[in-house]
Amino acid sequence: MSSPTVVQVAGIGKQYRLGRKATHFGSLREAIWATAGVIRRGRSPAPTLWALRDVSFEVQAGEVVGIVGRNGAGKSTLLKILSRLTEPTEGRAVIKGRLGSLLEVGTGFHGELTGRENVYLNGAILGMRRAEVDRKFDQIIEFSGVEAFLDTAVKRYSSGMYVRLAFAVAAHLEPDILVVDEVLSVGDAAFQRKCLGKMGEVASEGRTVLFVSHNMPVIKSLCSRALLIDAGRLVDDGDTDRVVASYLRTEETPEGESQLRQTDSLMGTGEARLRWAGILERNGATSRSLHFTEPLRVKMRFEVLDRVPEGVIEVGVSTLDGQRIATMMSTDNGGQAFIFEPGLQDVLLEADVTLLPREYILHVSLHHYSGATIDLVDSVTRFSIINVALDGGDHYRPHEVRGYVRPSTRWQAPRRVVG
Amino acid sequence: MAASSGDIARRKTFVIEPSRGPLAFNPRELWEYRELLFFLVWREVRVRYKQTALGIGWVLLQPLIAMIIFSAIFGQFAKLPSDGLPYPLFVLAGLLPWQLFAGALTRTGGSLVRDSSLLTKIYFPRLLIPLSAALAGLVDFVLSLVLLVIMLVYYGVRPGWQLVAIPIFALLAVLAAIAFGVWLAALNVRYRDVQIALPFLVQIWFFVSPVAYSASLVSGGISRLVYGLNPMASVIQGFRWSLVGGPGPGLQLLGATSLIIAVLIAGLIYFRAAEKTFADVI
Repeated sequence: MSSPTVVQVAGIGKQYRLGRKATHFGSLREAIWATAGVIRRGRSPAPTLWALRDVSFEVQAGEVVGIVGRNGAGKSTLLKILSRLTEPTEGRAVIKGRLGSLLEVGTGFHGELTGRENVYLNGAILGMRRAEVDRKFDQIIEFSGVEAFLDTAVKRYSSGMYVRLAFAVAAHLEPDILVVDEVLSVGDAAFQRKCLGKMGEVASEGRTVLFVSHNMPVIKSLCSRALLIDAGRLVDDGDTDRVVASYLRTEETPEGESQLRQTDSLMGTGEARLRWAGILERNGATSRSLHFTEPLRVKMRFEVLDRVPEGVIEVGVSTLDGQRIATMMSTDNGGQAFIFEPGLQDVLLEADVTLLPREYILHVSLHHYSGATIDLVDSVTRFSIINVALDGGDHYRPHEVRGYVRPSTRWQAPRRVVG
Repeated sequence: MAASSGDIARRKTFVIEPSRGPLAFNPRELWEYRELLFFLVWREVRVRYKQTALGIGWVLLQPLIAMIIFSAIFGQFAKLPSDGLPYPLFVLAGLLPWQLFAGALTRTGGSLVRDSSLLTKIYFPRLLIPLSAALAGLVDFVLSLVLLVIMLVYYGVRPGWQLVAIPIFALLAVLAAIAFGVWLAALNVRYRDVQIALPFLVQIWFFVSPVAYSASLVSGGISRLVYGLNPMASVIQGFRWSLVGGPGPGLQLLGATSLIIAVLIAGLIYFRAAEKTFADVI
């Protein structure tokens, strides 16, 4: 069954003139000087930047679409254009129906007005007719739970009450198309959960949702389809799992067969820098995959610039979603800190851990024993676990991988099968 | 359950594309957002005197105090001629349209920056913000007419048939505030110099307007020219004429109205051009 198209974006682009931002709070004086400069030196074209270019896609009614990409890739610019906050420089978008966004919760609330007054004002700002607010008023108030304070100025509200009332209005807007920018949303964890809950509800009602987030598990659980935006361009569009995997692969983890990587880190105090790291097979060669039950062996090379008297190495393993599943420190189990003399220093880690067959991402960092971070490199490399032991004698039985690790176990049961 | 195709076909369609044409503002869209305009005006009015002891009393107190001070300085000491009217009544008849204009202009000029959180988070015709700031002044104005009625009764002055023209002059004052205000509001988004200069501008404007003195005092080259270029001069003079008689605004009013409309149209064009980048610049 194909649903009708409700969002149609064709060749949308947004160009910013650089230097505009510099005159952000520009004063008239600056403008006059700049103009004088242009006259003296002749007009030089202002440098420009395409924040978004040539983006085209369509969304069908009832689709829940996630938009992923690095910070600054252009996701928020896209939402701003679709919400008509800023005009595109080129291209065209057609939107069927009322578009509401959860990034504007509480917009237009005025502290001096009472709760009741703000519900009407906020409703009007969000695009509700007065009659519509009248009709939904009781529901909104019940949802917010601030009945007792309806005629109190909202500046006297606790922040929790304020947000609940604001959210209640937004939640009853019932837009045809809901736009959520998690990056811009405010509030505590409970409030964010409430937003997500509302999104799930909206989605299950068959309304259309566009969702920008960096939270991959949430994207995966809510969205059936995802768009990947990179450097202002739409680079992937399709099944969420595939797009999210491709985003994590291209954006966070180095590509290429070799898992060694020159790292250009700027984090930490910098007495030493990780120069490369890799996963080692049993024969000592680097590899992008390990066999099931094979010990995890990681080799790291640090370039030490200043002597580090007490260095602690931390190696982390996470899933492609960014979920950290293991953290190993060189001080674990009463282990010692290391002395790092200037020069290239190799470190080898061998960990007995039976990771289940999946893909994983490795993170490496070096700290002073006091806790200060010297260098930190997230997503150094990716590796996978092959679903069979090196000698072929063991494998992961369930056809679907559940969990991340297999603990070593001892079982007691009434009777053993004698085979 | 997904919405049926019939439902969706009936929905409103919004087209987003780079705007073309100098005056792309859309009267029909403004009309669709009339409820929001109402609520924004209502917000201005509700909020203005919240948490004040005198509350709405300020609407009467402001012109009353100004009237007393002007009567003392210009009426008693300087003995400015007042077209044969009692000076307090004369000055009040000028103060009310002036305060309507000056208040509306001041609020309008700062309106976009004050409501920047709205500009960056939600779409509606941006013109509603300066518009509502200007229109909110009308509520105060209508209430302050009470003071005028009291003064008229006190001095036993009976207005003539010209009284019917009062709403026209009040609307002209608001229109003038909108015409100049949309310029200032849009400029203020980029150059905050505007909000610093605005009080001075209003003060100077006051002195070249016939509020405390009679238009008949203005004679001779330069002052006549300045006076002619100030549309508020004709509006105030006209307001006073329709209330208590005296010299009528005459042909000059036509010039003032044309000037206001010209500034308004140019202002809307500039506003439209600047509007595209409000959310990026503010």
